[in-house]
Amino acid sequence: MKTPQSTTTDWKERNANYTKKLAKWTAAWVVTLAIATFGPVFIWQQEAITITAIVINFLVGIGMILANKHHLLSLDELQQKIQLNAMGLSLGVGLISGISYSTLSTTGVINSHAEISHLVIVMSLTYMVGIILGNRKYQ
Amino acid sequence: MKNRLKVLRAERDLTQAQLADLLGVSRQTVNAIEKGKFDPSLPLAFKAAKLFGLTIEDVFEDEA
Repeated sequence: MKTPQSTTTDWKERNANYTKKLAKWTAAWVVTLAIATFGPVFIWQQEAITITAIVINFLVGIGMILANKHHLLSLDELQQKIQLNAMGLSLGVGLISGISYSTLSTTGVINSHAEISHLVIVMSLTYMVGIILGNRKYQ
Repeated sequence: MKNRLKVLRAERDLTQAQLADLLGVSRQTVNAIEKGKFDPSLPLAFKAAKLFGLTIEDVFEDEA
């Protein structure tokens, strides 16, 4: 039986490059967020510098979104399906639980204020669970 | 969707990883297709069929 010839795909290399780029953009976003958050408290007291730091963080965030888009496009179709399913699950859980949490807060059922960081944590955990379940499903 | 990917791969002494490289996908994807857990897109199905020198109907079969 004839063995097919290699098509010399650079798929893995391209995927690894985009993964590295995404990691760098994510790290940069976290660092600029930390600077924008803690800078006004510990380093400077001028509002102009604070606004500049927030704008830089926002722009780096756009770069991170684009890097994530490129990373998603570099995945193969099954990996994209797993990622998109996990993202959809995360969005749904985040929206529903976020609204319920906010309503509990605004109606005074719970005393604490609804914090956006709690929503981020819920969405991140849901996303990770979605990835794990997706990978297990297609093993 | 049923497929003969595993048989065709075995006939050519290819591992899942080697076939994955030839198709430009991950080994996980090849494994999932072989097990019938994941149906490939039309372009990937055509690529697989072309790789084995067969028509798409020779590799994939609709279960319906």
